[in-house]
Amino acid sequence: MNFHHLFAKRPVDELKTRDKDNTAESELFFHRVLVLLLFIFLSLSAVAGRLVFLQVLNHERFTTLADSNRVRLQPLTPTRGFIFDRNGVLLADNLASYHLEIVREQVKDLNKTLEELRQRIALSDADIERFHKLARRSPPYNGIPLRFQLTDEEIASLAIDLYRFPGVDIKADLTRRYPLGSRAVHAIGYVGRIDEGELRKLDPGQYSGSTHIGKTGVERSYEDVLHGRTGWQQVETNAEGRPLRVLSRTPPTPGQNIYLSIDIRLQAVAEKALEGYNGAIVAIDPRNGEVLALASQPVYDPNPFVNGIDFASYRQLNTSKDRPLLNRALRGVYPPGSTVKPLMALAGLDYSVVNRYSGIFCPGFYRLPGVDHRFRDWKRGGHGSVDMDRAIAQSCDVYFYDLALNLGIDRIHDFLDRFSMGRPTGIDLPGEKGGLLPSQDWKRRVHRFGWFAGDTLSVGIGQGYFLATPLQLAHAAAVLSQRGVDFQPRVLHATEDPSTRTKTPAAPRALPPIAVKNPRFWDPVINGMIHVVEGGTAHRIGIGAKYRIAGKTGTAQVFTLGQTEKYNAKRLARHLQDHALFIAFAPVEDPRIAVAVIAEHGGGGSSTAAPLARKVMDAWLLDKYDDDSQSTGNTPDQDAAPHGE
Amino acid sequence: MENEDGRFLKLLHLDLPLLLGLLAVSGLGLVVLYSAGQRNLDLVIGQAIRLGLGFVIMLTLAQVHPRHFRFWSPWIYLVGVLLLLAVMAVGDISKGARRWLDLGVVRFQPSEIMKLAVPMMMAWFFAEKPLPPRWPHLLMGAMITAIPFVLIAAQPDLGTALVVGSAGAFVLFLAGLHWFIIVGLLGILAAVIPLFWTFVMHDYQRQRVLTFLDPETDPLGAGYHIIQSKIAIGSGGIYGKGWLNGTQSHLDFLPEGSTDFIFAAFSEEFGLVGGCLLLTLYFYIIARSLYMATYAPDTYGRLLAGSLALIFFIYAFVNSGMVSGLLPVVGLPLPLFSYGGTSLVTIMASFGILISVYSHRRTLTR
Repeated sequence: MNFHHLFAKRPVDELKTRDKDNTAESELFFHRVLVLLLFIFLSLSAVAGRLVFLQVLNHERFTTLADSNRVRLQPLTPTRGFIFDRNGVLLADNLASYHLEIVREQVKDLNKTLEELRQRIALSDADIERFHKLARRSPPYNGIPLRFQLTDEEIASLAIDLYRFPGVDIKADLTRRYPLGSRAVHAIGYVGRIDEGELRKLDPGQYSGSTHIGKTGVERSYEDVLHGRTGWQQVETNAEGRPLRVLSRTPPTPGQNIYLSIDIRLQAVAEKALEGYNGAIVAIDPRNGEVLALASQPVYDPNPFVNGIDFASYRQLNTSKDRPLLNRALRGVYPPGSTVKPLMALAGLDYSVVNRYSGIFCPGFYRLPGVDHRFRDWKRGGHGSVDMDRAIAQSCDVYFYDLALNLGIDRIHDFLDRFSMGRPTGIDLPGEKGGLLPSQDWKRRVHRFGWFAGDTLSVGIGQGYFLATPLQLAHAAAVLSQRGVDFQPRVLHATEDPSTRTKTPAAPRALPPIAVKNPRFWDPVINGMIHVVEGGTAHRIGIGAKYRIAGKTGTAQVFTLGQTEKYNAKRLARHLQDHALFIAFAPVEDPRIAVAVIAEHGGGGSSTAAPLARKVMDAWLLDKYDDDSQSTGNTPDQDAAPHGE
Repeated sequence: MENEDGRFLKLLHLDLPLLLGLLAVSGLGLVVLYSAGQRNLDLVIGQAIRLGLGFVIMLTLAQVHPRHFRFWSPWIYLVGVLLLLAVMAVGDISKGARRWLDLGVVRFQPSEIMKLAVPMMMAWFFAEKPLPPRWPHLLMGAMITAIPFVLIAAQPDLGTALVVGSAGAFVLFLAGLHWFIIVGLLGILAAVIPLFWTFVMHDYQRQRVLTFLDPETDPLGAGYHIIQSKIAIGSGGIYGKGWLNGTQSHLDFLPEGSTDFIFAAFSEEFGLVGGCLLLTLYFYIIARSLYMATYAPDTYGRLLAGSLALIFFIYAFVNSGMVSGLLPVVGLPLPLFSYGGTSLVTIMASFGILISVYSHRRTLTR
């Protein structure tokens, strides 16, 4: 290569104008360019050599490969697993549904066909837009869906002269269905179409054939289990790429069926009991943490969400001041009120601040040393002389003001934290809130002011900054009933292989037990809760009970649920009634159910919340489901004198 | 012969031999794109519009006097690095990498700027330094290249990082870096890599590198592209299957047949003859560009023009090498051929700068 000759016309003389030795640098540059040209020539020659290797030496082999390269992989979508309650009652299944599909290469005039179809069935602009969008990304021999969820009438009217529309076909697929409608919707959740954000996070292989994914509830938390594994089939195609025959097939593995720990009959009892209130009821089997009922009122029907709820209905659900979409059982945060008093008493014993016999005189108010302000007891005249048992049974505020002050906020925080207060319990449902368990640290971080003694008094009776979810309260009642044996709440009872019908029970998730310094400390606390029902604030629900109940009433002043929501703030101004709360477990001797009830603006815990808990416990322990009127008759709804706390 | 070319081209500061080369490659590219894009005329028209825009940008930049480029070099570089940092902080993620900056109206990749900014900054830096470069200047130059290189590689965008890194390296080489330093650095690299491999890397990292170097060990994942691409090229033979007759690209077996892997679609239909013709055209464009660089009036122009010519070479070589299975898979388009606009604009801009440096030589040195 005679490069030097090529570049001989360089105007070297013109370059001698700078301080630096431009000629020398130019010379150096020129030599480097020559070296690089050689390097470039060799590199590109290597590519050319590679082409010779592929196209000449191995041409035969690659031609054979190309001819046999008529095999495509097609995804085979698995069937989504069903959801049952603990007794096998069907809660979610898949229903055959029909959609309209168009294979473009078989259609002569696409626009004309679309126009003619439009005269027969309802086709929105959105349908057509989606069709064109999908069509742009897909080869012409693939079917593109045009309309989902064809009605029977539409299928009938189309089927008659489908022959006039070559390339247009009605195809069957499976749509998720929730046969019981709104029942247990907050636990089951629903599926919906995969959106763009989810698409980016999903495994493209596993979801290449799937259109839906769990959005909330069990459908979301057990998406992996329910979805199944996508299969593949190798299809031989002709020269145009149309499938001719299936060569090999890796069948999809259908999703597992799921049995919830929820008993749908008990769920119905709980939801009906709550009707008329906004609120939640959570029932847990304290022996293993299984959630037996998880009711949140009001409810909504999940079925319209599956193929996309229309805008107006969604807006109505979303802006309703009753907020049906909110899962109050694990996302509603309320001041727990007096329902925390048993835990406070236990903390007092554990830190040796009181013993079970320590007494205090309750004049009806409490005064901090050196401060004029009176912290009032709910009972104006006071309870007189109270010990721990009476303080729990009668829900004496003054006793717990004094106890809280002696414990101090940080010890209260540390003790209640062990009962999962202020943090999520870890239930296997998405979106659980942790409530708020205040501490000096927390207040310093969030508020401008430091901690005041008055704050501690409020926390001592479950008010002030303290917030908890119904699930946390039910969980605390369950742990109390088991004297510290702690299971993480969960809604999964078992999974089932749909082909072999073999069930795999879900193992209870035991947490480290909550140990107090002396195991006998549990006794006075639980006895106090028994006396709540037997002669205490909730004595009326003890009447006629065929088993012994331990419980605790609570009445929370209203200013909470609306902390984040303006809507509620306005609403609370009209609704100034207190939240009614109740926690309980039964039977006392061998607890099999722990319940937490919250009825927003329900008034008193004893008059409103406790009877609801009784209905749920009666149903579970006495197997009383069948007749609704019967189960209501069991707990006479007497309008007793105001019996607050 | 340049005296005969007519005043028109000279008035436009255009270089006819280079222009013919560029037109030949992009014209051939449009023909191939029509076939590789499943006879989608919209695709071809879109690409033709982009090419036209690219030529306009080239023409515009060719009118700018090189001293303006020189003046702005450090500022463009600085802004580019700041934008890269902005991408780190608030960039949009697409296909798993954070490369895009959303300015409300347009989204763009700041890394694209660095393909021009790094050669400009390196040339600016070494223009006033004594050449061959001394050690402190060498270190400074390495820093100038390494900062954007690391930022881009972290996005991660290995292809662009490679272009930016090699642009800097080529400036050092063209500046006359002593051979013993070059050999020494290569020697150190050769010594360090095995140590790194044995003592620093984890098993899974080694596995990832091995798959990167030999994608065919993972036939359903990273290797699928390469296997299909080799089948397409190999089945083309010496004379190819003919335009519009490629089966692999038309039956969708060849992924990204109109973008990064268009060389395979081309080779399937035009065979070894077409492939060698295209490689020759690329060599012609690169050689002409380097020839023009030697005519630059000063060190800045020389280094910049030379480095820009070599960026073009990196694109052509890495892409054709990758598609034919000679090099690991790095996401770089085939210049003037692959469908897509971002890198096309940068490439045409770099030719604009190159022409400017070459065509303003007389007025500058007078």
